Amino acid sequence: MKTFAQKALERASGQADLVPGQIVDAFPDLYMSHTASWRCIKTLERMGVEELYDVDRIAMVMDHISPAQTAKTAAHHSLSREFAARMGITKFYDVNAGIAHVVLMERGHIRPGELIIGTDSHSTIYGALGAFGTGVGFSEITAAWVTGKLWMKVPESIRVEIDGPLPRGTYGKDVMLKLIGDLTADGATYCSVEFAGSYVEGLSISERMTLCNLAMEMGSKNAVVPPDEVTSQYLEEAGVQRDEYEPLLPDPGAEYRQVERVDGATLSPQVAIPHMVDNVVPVEQVAGTKLDQVFIGSCANAKYEDLVIAAEVLAGHRVAPGVRLIVTPASSRVMARAASEGIVSTLLEAGALITNPGCGACAGDGGAMADGEVTLSTANRNFQGRMGSYESKIYLSSPATAAASAIRGVISNPQDLIA
Amino acid sequence: MTTAGTELPVQVRAEGRCWKFGDNIPTDRLVKTKYVVEPMSVIVQHVLEDLNPEFPRRVRPGDVVVAGKHFGQSSGRAVAVKALKATGIGCVVADSFARTFYRNCFEVGLPALEIPGVTGLVADGDTLEVDVVAGTFRNRTNGETRSAAPADAFLLEMLQAGGLIKLAAARPELFDRPSGG
Repeated sequence: MKTFAQKALERASGQADLVPGQIVDAFPDLYMSHTASWRCIKTLERMGVEELYDVDRIAMVMDHISPAQTAKTAAHHSLSREFAARMGITKFYDVNAGIAHVVLMERGHIRPGELIIGTDSHSTIYGALGAFGTGVGFSEITAAWVTGKLWMKVPESIRVEIDGPLPRGTYGKDVMLKLIGDLTADGATYCSVEFAGSYVEGLSISERMTLCNLAMEMGSKNAVVPPDEVTSQYLEEAGVQRDEYEPLLPDPGAEYRQVERVDGATLSPQVAIPHMVDNVVPVEQVAGTKLDQVFIGSCANAKYEDLVIAAEVLAGHRVAPGVRLIVTPASSRVMARAASEGIVSTLLEAGALITNPGCGACAGDGGAMADGEVTLSTANRNFQGRMGSYESKIYLSSPATAAASAIRGVISNPQDLIA
Repeated sequence: MTTAGTELPVQVRAEGRCWKFGDNIPTDRLVKTKYVVEPMSVIVQHVLEDLNPEFPRRVRPGDVVVAGKHFGQSSGRAVAVKALKATGIGCVVADSFARTFYRNCFEVGLPALEIPGVTGLVADGDTLEVDVVAGTFRNRTNGETRSAAPADAFLLEMLQAGGLIKLAAARPELFDRPSGG
């Protein structure tokens, strides 16, 4: 009886019968590095190595601080661009592509059962497609480029059972904020989180991404939604055929450190309040809080489905005077689809500012706040000073809550604006 | 005083003054996003400054950072560990660490030891002795001692080599290109 994590690390290490706590050499299927790739390249230069283990396993995406605003960041991008060309790295995505996690999934580079490492803590998101995704450091990526392997400790697992359906106007983001508030920011530290329950069965990949992404904010090593027919259909659209991967499912009766249950039916819209992600309250408790800015973006909640929800709420309304609504689509494909299906027009007519795809304001790239200002964001972090002034505040919510709040200029429950 | 730019060999024993910090400190606080792309000589002047402005100014080589639970949470930016190392501290001890931060400590070569409850044993300015290989902790100011499980042997080897890349240079046989996988 094995958990997903045991099976995934057995596959990646070639070792049988792994138990939690055991350390193995694992061979990741993909090494993702984002705009910080230049640090990995510099490290490689210091090692004096040119021969790499497998360039087809290297993916680079210029998503943070993009396009470059200064000569220094331009030089970082340029270093990665030239390195990718010289080494023949075909999975290089430039400043026009979007957020690494979403780009790699929609382009068919992530498959069920694979081990994916990335220079980004939100690499847990790859569990949305049934992969084991986890964050590592820059020089670990460099070492993986050269040797193909890195050390991994087999984690204990936590099973999170979510009953659905959710009430109107609540989403995966609300589920996760509630869960993070209950378990706290270190409630799943070092653990693999497995999602289960009627809510996740048949759930869209977009919402699965939100679940697995936010799982990082309770300290988890990875998170996964067991792959199913929805996963296979998404992969087919991304160009990955069913015989190109082998899904790994947890065994019934596998051993869990704990089992958490979320009663979806009683859920209400949730908000994380400054300055910690686990400071979570129902939206009513902070309704009326005056806003200067609303940010709909980030790898947590700027996918096509998220923009559709925001547009449904905003259609026929205007953003409140004095409020800046910044929308940063997760990827160029998300933006193209939103444009062709009229979502972009709806957002623009409501008064939104639409930026280029990428990490944007979540990573401190545009959308900074002045002293005393307040932003409601669909991102995954609200630490003090993360978006500009140290004397500003960040609240976190779903795209629906963010859109409804943009219309009213204060934090608002979106449920009465949703048909 | 800092050691930015001049690499010291990694000592597994630290003796120095205690700098105490709280629970759930994110890497955003160690190195703010706006400093991430600056050179280390700049970054090191701002490490943890919002929580204790005296720290980056007055930290001395060998000092010990003692933090609460889940230290280094959230963003996996390895530059946060590099910056803490560049202040010259001898060791970081915490009630518990966030996963990516702990992992990055060994990758970068910053001695780290997890001792549940350690924040209850120290005050700012106490003189501490820590040995991350032996797993021992002593507060010379108040006499409190604790032992803790050290990290796995191969991680301690990585640490003593000065981090993953230096270990690869010193022990290339550990990083032989595998034939399969």
